[in-house]
Amino acid sequence: MTVKTLKVLSEEVEDMGLAYAAAGGNTAVLHDHGVSSLVISGSKVLSANQTEGVELEKEETETGVNIKMTIKKGYRIPDPVHLCFGLIPEDGVQEINMDFIAEEGSAVELVAHCTFPNAVKIVHKMDAKMLIGKNASLKYTETHFHGPHGGIRVLPKAHIKIEEGGRYFSNFTLIEGRVGLLDFDYDVDAGKDSICEMVTKVYGKADDLIKVKEKISLNGENARSVIKSRLALTENAVSEFIGITEGHAPHARGHVDCMEVIQDNAKAEAIPIVRVDNPLAKVTHEAAIGCVDKKEVETLMARGLDEDAAVDVIVKGMLA
Amino acid sequence: MAVILTLKNLTLNRDGKKILVGVNLEIGDGEIHSIIGSNGAGKSSLAYTLMGLQGYEPEEGSILFNGEDIAKLSITERAKKGITLAWQEPARFEGLKVRDYLAIGAGGNGNITEEEIRSALRKVDLKPEKYIDREVGEALSGGERKRIELASILTMKPKLAILDEPDSGIDVVSLKEIVSLIQALKENGASVLVITHRKEIAEASDRASLMCEGAVLRSGDPEEISHFFINRCIPCDNRLYLQED
Repeated sequence: MTVKTLKVLSEEVEDMGLAYAAAGGNTAVLHDHGVSSLVISGSKVLSANQTEGVELEKEETETGVNIKMTIKKGYRIPDPVHLCFGLIPEDGVQEINMDFIAEEGSAVELVAHCTFPNAVKIVHKMDAKMLIGKNASLKYTETHFHGPHGGIRVLPKAHIKIEEGGRYFSNFTLIEGRVGLLDFDYDVDAGKDSICEMVTKVYGKADDLIKVKEKISLNGENARSVIKSRLALTENAVSEFIGITEGHAPHARGHVDCMEVIQDNAKAEAIPIVRVDNPLAKVTHEAAIGCVDKKEVETLMARGLDEDAAVDVIVKGMLA
Repeated sequence: MAVILTLKNLTLNRDGKKILVGVNLEIGDGEIHSIIGSNGAGKSSLAYTLMGLQGYEPEEGSILFNGEDIAKLSITERAKKGITLAWQEPARFEGLKVRDYLAIGAGGNGNITEEEIRSALRKVDLKPEKYIDREVGEALSGGERKRIELASILTMKPKLAILDEPDSGIDVVSLKEIVSLIQALKENGASVLVITHRKEIAEASDRASLMCEGAVLRSGDPEEISHFFINRCIPCDNRLYLQED
């Protein structure tokens, strides 16, 4: 029985490794004891490693895992912390509750790969609370891979608080395979002298439905932010982007930049919202939705690419 | 000299307006041929028609490339035969690296070496180490983007390069480099059809043609054509007068 359990576990680890690689991850880092990492399959923690300056607590629940990660005061973690979340079966639920703290003066990069290569009926929820302490820095890269079927609902929700002088950079990417349904909802409370940059890149196909809502409240003096969204839609995909930036403090500066390209019967809606209630704050926005630029397509065709290949190069460039 | 391109009675209408009016022209194999003329003469429209851009399908006439009528072929099909176009205002291409853009013309990264890409950048006077990993659309100046456009033509090694005002937005010093580049294209085996407003480029050509109101008025020695244009055509700006001349 024990042998069988170990064999099943070993297969699951191997399967997750393959799925992690399919999502663009480098499996070698998950076995490197000098690098912090966490691998979760469904509601099971398959492996966890923490290095100096990183405190990692995890608790398996019926449908997922509760995680508390703390980057200790003053530690600047030299290598990225690698996270792998996913489900190998066609159906199931995974709920990740993340409580992340970067203590004062710390710096870390989190590299997350969320992989659901066989998804037919899957729900992946993430509920995160993130605190970026005074003069701390978090760079958070999240790459998703959902396989070819589109049978997945991905519901990432996060509240991020950035204290004085803190820095938060996020980059969410979902461009390979299908999206399914994505309902992305992040909001940020930016303190004095803080910097926040949020980038979202998604490629919707077939009947994918993409909802992205990002809100940054510039609550501290001299807080700065950029919301940048790049969405490409083809076939019958639909997207709704809401980018909100509020300037509530003197010398706060914010910008919302949304660019979407659509093809076939795809539909896109972009709603940049800027609110300012401090006369010394300034928030700007730009949004563009259109088809792929004709001159760009024709230029690449004049170099020998056929039309589909040219469009593919342009869309992938925009999402790169 | 063998002829690579022959235009016979090429006619183009757009939005009810006559843009090209029975254009007849021959370009020799390995020839640098300038097209000069006033704004609105139909020079760029001729370039777009030769490349087969959408909206520039001729109503009448033929475009014979090495004896084959290509007037109905797509842009890609024409490119695969060795024809390419450099736009007056190059496209921006957000996110596309210069190295990848230059490789596309060569048929992809597998068909071109790093050194060939670097060499193409050096030929347009761009330092490879500074530009090769930058994005084509990344806040480059108009002149820099134009040079990258020309470098992408070099890596493609075309049989016929159509250059639409490669001199626009280029300073006087750089103009000499553009002339050198056009000659380099010729040395690489390309025929070059260059649309220009610059005397320096026209006079560096093997032959030149003058366009006015959608037609080629005369072709011949570049200095003579250039002289005629400057002294007779610009003050006149009236085709009827020229015909009476």
